[in-house]
Amino acid sequence: MASPPQQEIGRRTVIAAAATTAAIGTVPARAQEPGPGAGINAAPLLNVSFTVNGKPRDLELDPRTTLLDALREALHLTGTKKGCDHGQCGACTVLLDGHRINSCLTLAVMHPGTAITTVEGLGSPDHLHPMQAAFVKHDGYQCGYCTPGQICSAVAMLDEIEAGIPSHVTADLDARPQLTSAELRERMSGNICRCGAYSNIVDAITEVAGSKA
Amino acid sequence: MKPFTYERAASPAEAAEAAARRPDSKFIAGGTNLLDLMKLQIEAPAHLIDVNALALDRIEATSDGGLRVGALVRNTDLAADQRVRRDYAVLSRALLAGASGQLRNRATTAGNLLQRTRCPYFSDTNMACNKRRPGSGCSAIDGINRQHAVVGASAACIATHPSDMAVAMRVLDASVQTVNPKGVTRTIPIAELHRLPGDTPNVETVLEAGELITAVTLPKPTGGSQHYRKVRDRASYAFALVSVAAIVQPDGSGRVALGGVAPKPWRLDAADAEMPKGAKAVAGTLFAEARPTEHNAFKLPLAERALASVLAEARG
Repeated sequence: MASPPQQEIGRRTVIAAAATTAAIGTVPARAQEPGPGAGINAAPLLNVSFTVNGKPRDLELDPRTTLLDALREALHLTGTKKGCDHGQCGACTVLLDGHRINSCLTLAVMHPGTAITTVEGLGSPDHLHPMQAAFVKHDGYQCGYCTPGQICSAVAMLDEIEAGIPSHVTADLDARPQLTSAELRERMSGNICRCGAYSNIVDAITEVAGSKA
Repeated sequence: MKPFTYERAASPAEAAEAAARRPDSKFIAGGTNLLDLMKLQIEAPAHLIDVNALALDRIEATSDGGLRVGALVRNTDLAADQRVRRDYAVLSRALLAGASGQLRNRATTAGNLLQRTRCPYFSDTNMACNKRRPGSGCSAIDGINRQHAVVGASAACIATHPSDMAVAMRVLDASVQTVNPKGVTRTIPIAELHRLPGDTPNVETVLEAGELITAVTLPKPTGGSQHYRKVRDRASYAFALVSVAAIVQPDGSGRVALGGVAPKPWRLDAADAEMPKGAKAVAGTLFAEARPTEHNAFKLPLAERALASVLAEARG
């Protein structure tokens, strides 16, 4: 026969465990990466102003907020996707003053006065950017999760070629880089597509690149 | 991420002053490595000093015919600079072999030098790691260490330095300019910037607390045929298994530094002296003290063959 104290301990343990479970159930999913104003023991909120897709935005943010989280959680621009959140997949690619970057690996407060462009700013459903239209035409995706990052990356990547920036596969560092499949593939290697739509992505980008040339 | 406070410095002096005031702080520039590690809570600074406004983003000619590269010059801009492409091709090639277009657009010259190892046991906070938690042990030494160092490592740590750029900087004999929190500047030869792990793998460079890199200076161009050959598990966007940075002169003399094989870019004067004799002699000297593991012993012949390939290309 079990003694009362043991039963008491057992019941406390169960209650404590239940309380822990309940607490976990109620903690916001983003407890480790708080959105604006969230978080226990957080540092004071900071103001930052920049333009997003041409619109001036003033935000008050926990310093920890990445540019990606500011776009998605504070501005509700959910076109930009969170994939790995560690700069390995490229799903979060946006344009910062025209240059492509991983928005997951930079803090929003680091960018006052900049111009940020997301996939929503490239085109609209009625007026697709040529790169968006080409991805649709060539079926440059399957699930579509990496697509906004692919499209932002591709747009800026063509500008990099136009600016004469060489790549790992550029044979002659002094010559203008060419619009070859090898160049496009190398330059897009920071955007992973788990569905493996790469050949159609290359077709889409090649079409846009060809029309620019 | 752990909470932190944030400030933006306007000058190197202001950044140094902030670092002196807040010993628990870190400088942030590109942030591509620091924020990655802060999300994993491997780095947990209580204060960040943003140095992006420091106007250290220019590449300028030096009086002796070299180039002074500001600490904040982005990897893309350094690789694309016409002077670098013409006179320091090994540096352009190394930069372009690293990371992705997006990362190179943010990553800075100084940050690239100070990036931390990509050893998976360093990144996994459930594992023992003397670099991340001094005294806890090294999970890599008896672990899956195919990517790890074959030379220059210690019984405490066998992690490699992941940078491609630093290997080219080493073969070019670059030097690093810094300012410390007291405002004192100094110049550190790139060969002396990174420490070997010994008993303290957590101390990765000779920089003091709060010391800020302001520029990297490349000496006058050496001429010669310049090469960077990187061997990795996939064609792009992967860290090196081995890499070879080499400058070969028409008479067969030259210099070579290896990446992916050691805790720092691996170059030895005695190995440079063997260049006219060929890859076998050079690799033999570079790896005289090598202690590979069962999993990474392949790096010795791989590096020798990569070097042989570079030398063949240099001979045309």
